[in-house]
Amino acid sequence: MIDVELKVKRFNPDSDRKPHWQTFTVQAEPTDRVLDALHTVRWAQDGTLGFRRSCAHGVCGSDAMIINGANALACVVLVKDAVGGGGGTITVEPIRGLPVIKDLVVDMEPFFAQYRSVMPYLVNTDDPGCTERLQSPEERARYDDTTKCILCAACTTACPVYWGDSEYVGPAAIVNAHRFVFDSRDQASSERLDLLDQRSGVWKCRTAFSCSEACPRGIKVTQAIQEVKRKTLFDRS
Amino acid sequence: MEVHRHSYDAVIVGAGGAGLRAAIEAAGKCRTAVITKLYPTRSHTGAAQGGMCAALANVEEDSWEWHLFDTIKGGDYLVDQPAAEIMCREAIDAVIELEHFGLPFNRTPEGKIDQRRFGGHTRNHGEAPVRRACYSADRTGHMILQTLFQQCVARDVNFFNELHVLDVAFVDGRVGGVVAYDLATGDLHVFTTKAVLFATGGYGKMFKVSSNAHALTGDGPGLLYRRGIPLQDMEFFQFHPTGIYKLGILLSEAARGEGGILRNQSGERFMERYAPTVKDLAPRDMVSRAIQSEVLEGRGVGNDKDAVHLDLTHLAPEQIDAKLPDVSDFVRTYLGIEPKTEPIPIQPTAHYAMGGIPTNVDGEVVVDPDGTVFPGLYAAGECACVSVHGSNRLGTNSLLDIVVFGKRGGRALVDFVHATDLPELPGGVEADVANRIQSLVSGSGGEKVARVRADLQAAMTEKAFVYRTEETLSSMLATLGDLVRRYAEVTVDDKGPTFNYDLTEALELGYLLDLSESLVVSARARTESRGAQFRTDHPLRDDANWMRHTLATRKDDGTVELSYKPVVGGDYLPMERKY
Repeated sequence: MIDVELKVKRFNPDSDRKPHWQTFTVQAEPTDRVLDALHTVRWAQDGTLGFRRSCAHGVCGSDAMIINGANALACVVLVKDAVGGGGGTITVEPIRGLPVIKDLVVDMEPFFAQYRSVMPYLVNTDDPGCTERLQSPEERARYDDTTKCILCAACTTACPVYWGDSEYVGPAAIVNAHRFVFDSRDQASSERLDLLDQRSGVWKCRTAFSCSEACPRGIKVTQAIQEVKRKTLFDRS
Repeated sequence: MEVHRHSYDAVIVGAGGAGLRAAIEAAGKCRTAVITKLYPTRSHTGAAQGGMCAALANVEEDSWEWHLFDTIKGGDYLVDQPAAEIMCREAIDAVIELEHFGLPFNRTPEGKIDQRRFGGHTRNHGEAPVRRACYSADRTGHMILQTLFQQCVARDVNFFNELHVLDVAFVDGRVGGVVAYDLATGDLHVFTTKAVLFATGGYGKMFKVSSNAHALTGDGPGLLYRRGIPLQDMEFFQFHPTGIYKLGILLSEAARGEGGILRNQSGERFMERYAPTVKDLAPRDMVSRAIQSEVLEGRGVGNDKDAVHLDLTHLAPEQIDAKLPDVSDFVRTYLGIEPKTEPIPIQPTAHYAMGGIPTNVDGEVVVDPDGTVFPGLYAAGECACVSVHGSNRLGTNSLLDIVVFGKRGGRALVDFVHATDLPELPGGVEADVANRIQSLVSGSGGEKVARVRADLQAAMTEKAFVYRTEETLSSMLATLGDLVRRYAEVTVDDKGPTFNYDLTEALELGYLLDLSESLVVSARARTESRGAQFRTDHPLRDDANWMRHTLATRKDDGTVELSYKPVVGGDYLPMERKY
């Protein structure tokens, strides 16, 4: 066990006018998750600490937050890695670009509205009959990377453009459009590209690569956005 | 605390695979509210890894009858055979439908859905493992959850996110509504409705070593149990053989389906001794017991010799990258081990509830041994007990269960709603929930949620895990008595209305305690070993006395009453379970 300083940016809408920092000292195993350290606070020191979580192993996407300045899932970052260069202190803040409701809990509704705006579902009006549609392993591989998205918002809320322009649909929405635009079974790619060709769409991207760095699933988000841009310009089949 | 009132034809509680599949069925047919305490995509369906079985016969000969036989034998003959037949037959259309919904299955060179091996799934009644599991790398559950959510978005399904359903209201012997707590505001919401389908998932958080998400606290079965609905076969809880050592995080059976081998301290492939034909691909109950036996007999690995190794080092690195990418990442992240070159320490982890809210094959909740339906009440998925899994679920059959019975439940619910008027809810149905919240917030007891929960989880893992005896179960009941008394003294730190997780965790713990009691009472009464329940003091299966389902009912005085109903048989007669 080691002592860890957990410096958390807190905000309680029922009593605070603006956010403030609070530091907790918790005991943790080096191999514990940052999420475990947050639990230690909520369960043993201060029950009012607000943060979302569920699966605790990086597949449900509930606990995206800023850890030592970078977007990450609290259940995937280990304490030993988080304190590595930080002299025993781990700083934790809510993700940026979405309204903070309480402590580390932000309003996810704008994020999901942007996701819904890009037709994130397969469209195919042909009668498929009673067997599967065929798709070659190569066709399947074409969109594999973007099927991994867990909608945690780490990419979108790492994007400097998104911070300044909440009209931008953001990287996650484009990732989920990409997943269908490049699926050989889909027939609505043209409509989706029209949506992303608008002012709020792909052209807002300034290729900062922040989204790719932030993705806890290792999706090449920036590359996916560039592929959608290219298809919008040159390949509107 | 404000109370908001809503009126819908139907309410679905829970938005994992079963709830979303039911929602797709109801979309456009009746006014439906889908209520979830998370966001739909956070549901634990997304953590399922390995696959979903269906006898497509895309890569080798297979038939749904073989799948049915495996399911019944895997469930140690406590399976209701007509229900399992429906599941195994409809599996084929269910997989095809998911493909049509857009699910990105892995493909064969011809472009068909690819299939792989999985524990307990065999060709021709146990001859050899068969390739039956349709999959998408090792994130099949993620793809199912995403695909069903996408289809709900396409159908404009009406979601109430982060609303925590805490009670159901019955009116004149039928469903009248539900009461939910709003996490964002602390307000209560009363939904008047003709029908409710519960799809709240499992309750594996009653154990310390668990593959389950924090959210899996059995709210649906818990709140119904308090309203007098019986719970079926609660003693049967599955312990998955390959949880990450100490953390319990699931490492898919697909790791063994792809060729992974379990080894003890001396490197021996010990499953050859326990299941000579299918070896590492024996059903989960047998593999978990084998691991515990190796540990108890001193052949474990690790500092405390309480684990065994899952060995993938002989697999081709490209195969690991292509077929087991997420599993490998979990091992690297949480153990700091490279699975391509080092064996992985694993131990059994609490994984899946075979028991739950008793239903028929249309998702209608049945409340007695005669199969009497409670009008307007439905359940599907892990929180329900149809019973298609009997006393031990086969790998992949949970993903199948949620889509097959989610759809059937949704369909039955729509039919019911069309033939029924909206009930009149009396005033004050939210009073019980309001009182519970009030006493947790303003109580003066000094007990803390986390301490009671940690003690519950530790005791259940010590006394009601893979191996059980009269002694351990009696001791657990005494412990539960203490824990319930301590729970009455719990007061939360957080008194505010906004995202008060201190409060919701306390409410969830109440359900976990009740469900633990029903599990332990049911397990103690069943003096035999069958499927996932192994009684060291009664090591044999006893078909003469115990080919029957347990129903646990909570009486008004808080005691648990057990009754029993017969297993519905079929073509397959019980035989010794060897693999």
